[in-house]
Amino acid sequence: MMEFLNFYLFPGILLGCIYALGAIGISLTFGILRFSNFAHGDTMVLGVYITLSFVWLTDLHPLVVMPLAMALTAFAMLGMDRAFFKPFRKSPPIMSVIASFGLMLMIRSAVQFFWGTQIQAMVKGIQPPLQWLQPLMLREKQLYILGGTVILMVAMHLLLTRTKIGKAMRAVSDNPDLAALTGINTERVVQATWILGASLAVAAGVFLALDTQVETNMGFKMLLPMFAAAILGGIGKPYGAVLGGMVIGIVEEVSAYPWIGTTPLLNPGYKAGVAFAIMVLMLIWRPQGLLRGRQF
Amino acid sequence: MDLGLIIYLMSLLTMGGIYAVLALGLNVQWGFTGLFNAGIAGFLAVGAYTQAILTTPIDRDHLGAYDWPIPLAMVVAMVFSAIVAFAIAKICIRLRSDYLAIATIGIAEILRLVFKNELWATNGPRGVSQIPKAFEGVRFADIDWLTGDLSGWAALRYEAVSRGWMDVPLPTPEERFLTAGLFLGMVVAIVLVLYIALEAARKSPWGRTMSAIRDNETAASAAGKDIEAFRLESFVLGAAMMGLGGAILAQYLKQIDPQVADPLTATFLVWVMLIAGGSANNKGAILGAVLMYAVWSGTEILSQKLLTFLSSDTVGLLTLAEAGEWSIRFAYLRVFLIGLILQFILQRRPQGLLPEKRPKPRPKPSPRSAPEAEKTGSTQA
Repeated sequence: MMEFLNFYLFPGILLGCIYALGAIGISLTFGILRFSNFAHGDTMVLGVYITLSFVWLTDLHPLVVMPLAMALTAFAMLGMDRAFFKPFRKSPPIMSVIASFGLMLMIRSAVQFFWGTQIQAMVKGIQPPLQWLQPLMLREKQLYILGGTVILMVAMHLLLTRTKIGKAMRAVSDNPDLAALTGINTERVVQATWILGASLAVAAGVFLALDTQVETNMGFKMLLPMFAAAILGGIGKPYGAVLGGMVIGIVEEVSAYPWIGTTPLLNPGYKAGVAFAIMVLMLIWRPQGLLRGRQF
Repeated sequence: MDLGLIIYLMSLLTMGGIYAVLALGLNVQWGFTGLFNAGIAGFLAVGAYTQAILTTPIDRDHLGAYDWPIPLAMVVAMVFSAIVAFAIAKICIRLRSDYLAIATIGIAEILRLVFKNELWATNGPRGVSQIPKAFEGVRFADIDWLTGDLSGWAALRYEAVSRGWMDVPLPTPEERFLTAGLFLGMVVAIVLVLYIALEAARKSPWGRTMSAIRDNETAASAAGKDIEAFRLESFVLGAAMMGLGGAILAQYLKQIDPQVADPLTATFLVWVMLIAGGSANNKGAILGAVLMYAVWSGTEILSQKLLTFLSSDTVGLLTLAEAGEWSIRFAYLRVFLIGLILQFILQRRPQGLLPEKRPKPRPKPSPRSAPEAEKTGSTQA
């Protein structure tokens, strides 16, 4: 039982937090800008490497410098939006998809050019599990990840329900024509979407880097589970993305548990396939997602 | 011209030709029917691994030793690729193109995992080597230079196999040159055949239905076209061509590993090629493939030359170790450049170098013969 909790369920919840944070941006971009943004994973990578540079410069804990990296990445995202996505606002959405496809590789190659491709550690040294939680094996950084996710989720919830721009974002996502009729400034909503999506992506990336390591292809690896989470939850539904991310993270980890016999139910090498399988089943069974998102 | 340059140009054209096969396949899917396939790498890898496993003569650490004839394996490679495409298209083709993009990216990643994890079949990350290459066994002695008869090559390949690979006398540089030349000829011939076939398809009612679906789905549906069936056909056909590209690539490289499904060189580069050359234009797809591959390969050579110059004794700006580090970094700069080219074309010339030319609909034959109708000026269509 403890083994299941410590090695399968908790890692699954942690991974779920990370997927959830990443999937919010994908879901919102899909809902508000109407295209699937393939550059999202690499926006995350950019933020992680900016955080890493700050850590190298200041020797502070990554979570302390993370807000600055979130702001810088969000700012960079606005610049990239102006350069690569704005020209296609009125074009068919597939043009933006291709542009995001190109941007994905541009960001990644820029990161690889400036920072190199060696695997890095966000925090040096190995952390032992916390003593006072025995027999639960949780590390300090994992508590940070859980806590950080909760704080960011609450902040996102307050932003979407209590602020004018948040309400406008939900309105545009639900019905763009009606939102435009009521005089909502769509361009402002688009900018807010990029800022929110990019910031949460950076947080997801830094959490993932804390839990594992920093590598330049971590964004691409995250892309599929994040898309699967967004589709599972319902496109354009941020809370759905959170739900979807949690489900996929937990299923991915728990699928390696020896449910039958003594060998892992699923070869851990195929963990990445779990997200894909869930996504495909969802597309067949309920393309609008669990929370009745937009269906194209 | 010196021999080195000729050999380089030949390799450039061969790889350009292989990419042209991939770009033509993507053109069927994206150019004509508007299907966004972001998993070219997956279909390419299926073709490459099928070819590799079916034709390798000696069972090493993977499934193999079937020793199939090369052309037959190429056909089966296409079929396998088509089957994978059929399965994925059956699920996603009715949804908006974004979903197909995500699903194809997903299937490409899963396939890469399969090729990496199933050691018994694919030898995992170490890959399959000693893949037979068409025209490999050709020796000068086999060719009757007066008649140009090439039939000797096949017999020789089997002889080489029966003797075990190590016993085969190494080909002389001239003979390797001959093999490379004949292989290039084969690639060019394949591209040409595909081009002619696709041009015919494009002008046929089938091809015109495809672009009708792409441009206005509702109207095409109202005209009684089964949209899902047409899309499925187009997707499967394109994927089969990508499988063929993979089968040729496996022969050309002689060894493959899961990196053959690298999304960068397999998927992304092909997209840039097609968009640069001109979507929905078969000539554009070929031109884009050769041109962009020349840019891709040319920038590599240029950066190597620059680094050799900078680290040479006379200049001495870089040590050898630094030059090695920079050569890796320059590779990423090249990717960045390719991405920038894509964005530039997308914004400034979205139709590509060679824009689409719509075929003129043929007038329906009237009860009288068509030329007669034209003469009298009565167009009863």
